[in-house]
Amino acid sequence: MKVGVVTFPGSLDDVDARRAVRLGGHEAVALWHGDHDLQGVDAVVLPGGFSYGDYLRCGAISRFSPVMTEVIEAAGRGMPVLGICNGFQILCESHLLPGALIRNQRQKFLCLDQRLRIERTDTPWTAAYAEGQEVVIALKNGEGSFVADTETLDRLEGEGQVVARYLGENPNGSLRDIAGISNERGNVVGLMPHPEHSVEELCGTGTDGLGFFTLASLAAEVFA
Amino acid sequence: MPRVVVDVMPKPEILDPQGKAVLGALPRLGFSGVTDVRQGKRFELEVEGEVTDAVLADVDRMAETLLSNPVIESYTVRVEQDA
Repeated sequence: MKVGVVTFPGSLDDVDARRAVRLGGHEAVALWHGDHDLQGVDAVVLPGGFSYGDYLRCGAISRFSPVMTEVIEAAGRGMPVLGICNGFQILCESHLLPGALIRNQRQKFLCLDQRLRIERTDTPWTAAYAEGQEVVIALKNGEGSFVADTETLDRLEGEGQVVARYLGENPNGSLRDIAGISNERGNVVGLMPHPEHSVEELCGTGTDGLGFFTLASLAAEVFA
Repeated sequence: MPRVVVDVMPKPEILDPQGKAVLGALPRLGFSGVTDVRQGKRFELEVEGEVTDAVLADVDRMAETLLSNPVIESYTVRVEQDA
C-alpha cells in the first residue's frame, strides 16, 4: 500500500516515519504541506516535530495548511490517518480528535523509553497488537499532556477510543494516563509516543513500534 | 489607527504549568503574597477604518478559530483607542 507522510515546515520525524513505513512493508510517499494533493495514497501519517515552530499553539497553524484540507476530507471518508506527537496535536487542532495537548505538567521536555498498554486494536494502526499488550516505545515531548473535559474523557473510555495508556509513572500529566486516542470509527489515531523510533534493533528501544506501520488489517482487506 | 485586543487565557479548570512555574519563582525573588498566577496571550490587531460591529464579529471568529483553542482556552475581545 501507499502510505503518505506529510512534511510541514519544522517536521523532524518525517524521514524516520517514511523509513518505518518501508520497514512495515509499504511504499512511503513524501507529501508536502503546501500541496492540495495526497498523491493517491491509501493512508497518511502526520509526523512529529515542531511544525511552524509551534507558534501560537502546537499544530494550530499546520492545521490550516493546504494539505490538511485534503487530509481532513479523506479522514472523513475513512482513510487511515495516524498523527504522532506533533501530528497528534495537529489532529486535535483539526477537530479530527477531541481534546487538546498542553505543556507537560513538570514543564520539562521528556525523552525516555516508555511502557504503554495498547487498549484499542480494531484500528488499522493497532491491528497488529493484542488487546492489553504491553510495549515499550520512545516518548519525547514538551507539550504532551492530554486534556479534555470529564464528559469527553468518559465518552472516550466508554466508547473504547483510548488506544494506548502510559504504564508506570505518568510522564507528562496526561489525564487518565492517556497516551493515544482514536476517533469513533477508529481510522484516525493520535499517539504522543513515537513508534517510528522503535522499529529496528540497531537503534532505539527495540521493535515494538513496528506494528503501527504494518497496517495489518488494512493490507489484508486490500489484498483479500 | 484603532486597535482590537484579544486576550486568550487558559480555562480555569485547565492546569497551567507555565503560570505555576512563575508562581514558584516569585518567592525565590523575595516577592510574597501572590497566591496564583495564570499565564495567557495578548493579541493586538491593527484594523483598517472604523471598528464596526462587523469588524468585531470578524475578530470574534478569528479568536475562536485560530487565536484560541476553545477546548482549553477562553478569550475576550475589546477595542483599545490610540494611546
